[in-house]
Amino acid sequence: MARVGVFVCWCGSNIAKTVDVVKVAEAAGKLPSVAYSTDYKYMCSEPGQNLIKQAIEEHKLDRIVVASCSPRLHEPTFRRCISEAGLNPFMLEMANIREHCSWVHDDKEVASEKALDLIAMSVAKAVKNEALFSQEIPLTKKALVIGGGVAGIQVALDIADAGYKVTLVEKTPSIGGRMAQYDKTFPTLDCAACILTPKMVDAASHPNIEIMTYAEVEKVSGFVGNFEVTIRKKARSVDMKKCTGCGVCYEKCPKKLPSEFDCGLGQRKAIYVPFPQAVPNVPVIDRENCRYFADGGKCGVCAKICPSQAVDYTLEDEMITDKYGAIVAATGFQPWDPTPYTNLGYGRYPDVITSLQFERLFNASGPTEGKLVRPSDHKPPKNVVFISCIGSRDDEHGYPYCSKVCCMYNAKHALLLKEKVHDAQAYVFYMDIRANGKGYEEFVRRTIEKYGAIYLRGRVSRVFQDGEKLIVRGVDTLAGKPVEIEADMVVLAAAMEAQPDAKDLARMLGISTDEYNWFSEAHPKLKPVEVLTAGIYLAGACQYPKDIPDAVAQASGAAAKVVGLFAKESLQSEPTVAEVNEDTCVDCQLCKEVCPYTAIDTKTLTDRAGNPIRTVSCVNEGLCHGCGTCVAACRSSSIQLRGFKDNQILSEIDALAFAE
Amino acid sequence: MSEEQVITKEPETAGAPKEWEPKIIGFLCNWCTYAGADLAGSSRLKYPANMRVVRVPCSGRVDPQFVLKAFERGFDGVLVSGCHPGDCHYAKGNYYARRRHMLLQKFLEHMGIEPERFHFDWISAAEGQKFAEVVEEFTGQVKKAGPFKGVGK
Ligand SMILES: Cc1cc2nc3c(=O)[nH]c(=O)nc-3n(C[C@H](O)[C@H](O)[C@H](O)COP(=O)(O)OP(=O)(O)OC[C@H]3O[C@@H](n4cnc5c(N)ncnc54)[C@H](O)[C@@H]3O)c2cc1C
Ligand code: FES
Repeated sequence: MARVGVFVCWCGSNIAKTVDVVKVAEAAGKLPSVAYSTDYKYMCSEPGQNLIKQAIEEHKLDRIVVASCSPRLHEPTFRRCISEAGLNPFMLEMANIREHCSWVHDDKEVASEKALDLIAMSVAKAVKNEALFSQEIPLTKKALVIGGGVAGIQVALDIADAGYKVTLVEKTPSIGGRMAQYDKTFPTLDCAACILTPKMVDAASHPNIEIMTYAEVEKVSGFVGNFEVTIRKKARSVDMKKCTGCGVCYEKCPKKLPSEFDCGLGQRKAIYVPFPQAVPNVPVIDRENCRYFADGGKCGVCAKICPSQAVDYTLEDEMITDKYGAIVAATGFQPWDPTPYTNLGYGRYPDVITSLQFERLFNASGPTEGKLVRPSDHKPPKNVVFISCIGSRDDEHGYPYCSKVCCMYNAKHALLLKEKVHDAQAYVFYMDIRANGKGYEEFVRRTIEKYGAIYLRGRVSRVFQDGEKLIVRGVDTLAGKPVEIEADMVVLAAAMEAQPDAKDLARMLGISTDEYNWFSEAHPKLKPVEVLTAGIYLAGACQYPKDIPDAVAQASGAAAKVVGLFAKESLQSEPTVAEVNEDTCVDCQLCKEVCPYTAIDTKTLTDRAGNPIRTVSCVNEGLCHGCGTCVAACRSSSIQLRGFKDNQILSEIDALAFAE
Repeated sequence: MSEEQVITKEPETAGAPKEWEPKIIGFLCNWCTYAGADLAGSSRLKYPANMRVVRVPCSGRVDPQFVLKAFERGFDGVLVSGCHPGDCHYAKGNYYARRRHMLLQKFLEHMGIEPERFHFDWISAAEGQKFAEVVEEFTGQVKKAGPFKGVGK
């Protein structure tokens, strides 16, 4: 006979407020197979866990049901707890009486009744639980970092410094990410290039880091410790080994295009490096716009002029497959396109620009070599209006969330404006000033008090052109009156949004995204760098808008997780995989057909003399992920998923059907 | 109590002053809908308390026999929910689930089980709100259908 122990948690008042925990624990004590039942304030705390351990010993319990929060939160905690008391960790079941009960119902009687039902189900399942054992699985101590922005670079450097190999994959021709586009960074106004480029160079020259730029992840399979990843290195058309980075090719290339790096404010050639400090400093040919590729080989100037014969039009995309033990996603964000705000004239008036464009106009290596001028007539602007929350905190046009960094870069821009153009005046329209970081509030105050930026609390209703000027109409809600400003330039602080391909990458990695396509962390507070898939971690703005200090901090956190994983000799497999009953399997192969992981093979059963008798299915435990799709497909119930066997689930149904 | 007794048990309406409440069971995949239900909880959304949840790794694990068993055992409604198409943690378990449950839906009708008693849905880990709405709506729908009288009755 099974001896089940039931432990009902109060979770302070979180559960106890709506569930009568004492009564429920008492009633649970009367359920079939329950040998002991009790309640406690915080079951997950040390005294709570000790209580479970003691009860296991005193009452000779062989299965444990903890009725508390979601198993997605504390299943590992309680599994560890019971295994410390000598039970197999899979003898645990959890009844989710918090997220699924006390937090969603108000009526105490109803909630208590439901809590008891949930416990009864867990008890019934626990009775059918079997001891499960992990196997040792190998671990490849090499990490893949996807995205070479400041976050990805930091992850790569930290892991590499700890002595492990890293591959850093970047989609564009150079690493550096958004930060490489900025002139100075808040709140200290260090020059972005001065603090970023040394890191880029460190990464490029680190013996443990391999950088693949102009490359994308194409396919991911496997599991923690054993991912197999295929990376597509797009054809660069320039031999990385031969190129010296002299730059004659792009000087002579006849084809000019708007530069993505300069946000359309400057030009690049069809063969180009995105910016002078690019790492690697090797150009790529944009084949879609290159005359050689368009006209069937007529142009060819770059190849002719290259002193080291590095240009090679015949290069093709290369597919590289390798094994990795861990993957870090650090793919960052993209700036939102403010065109939906038709009243603000973006796209219609050349001097209405985004903040990122403003960064480029400021940048010494930008299209104007750092001279702040209007795109329309190249005159320095005097009155500049900065408008906050463009697409942020705005359900109607953009996103409901706050992009977190815009208040700060608006202040940065207002301050830098005054430094560059001494008689300039900055106006900042804002909803609230969110400056909650170290030195941030002081920075905004400095912009207002020392640099004379005028902050106006309110929205802008319209921007329109009047001769050379842009008329900005809005309201100052603090003064309670409408305002009209004759501006020379209007700068829109556009929201940060998820990368357009974030969802695709998430699918490839098997991780989830939130409703705005930001990657979802495993727990919003306690597991901010992990995702629900073991061995995959997040760093930087791909999770949610972040500034550089936060992105870098998270990057080091993700790196620490990877290093912690690699410090192990081997890993333990998840024992909750499928198993075949060879006596009843008729080798119909329905399971094989539906398996998403090709984890099912065919095996020949032999007699004692080694003669084949018949064939059956068998599960490759290394490949099986434990989804159970095969189990539902099997007609003879010959394949079962450990931990979720038919009899376990059916007894949950029964427990509930027979509940009083 | 034997199984037989339970199956033939009359709905407990006689003489009960309380309004009849349907008994609903939900099979939720661990990665999306169960997490969505957790989110509904941590967001303190309120929804009716009729449903009891069975956690399964993937909607692909839900064997139609579970649904049939639940009806046989006298449940008034059954909900199956997993990740949105393309988002299954196991790549394609939910596609098999959808196919199976579309067939099952037809089969249930054939057996005289009203279609309102069974619902298949996609609810992601981010859709706590949707979870609460689906449960609320489905509970209402089953309530309207009334106590389940048993297969073929
Ligand atoms: C106008 C503006 C000004 C700002 N100024 C400041 C400031 O002064 N101070 C500050 O602290 N913060 C500032 N920020 C915020 C700052 O940009 C971010 O904190 C920082 O860029 C986040 O770094 P990241 O590495 O996470 O992402 P990113 O910088 O976006 O880098 C991501 C990298 O991943 C690559 N990538 C994307 N998808 C893939 C893929 N599928 N495969 C491979 N590679 C991929 C991208 O090409 C990119 O190189 C500003 C933001 C804006 C919009
Ligand atoms: S994991 Fe949710 S449906 Fe497969």
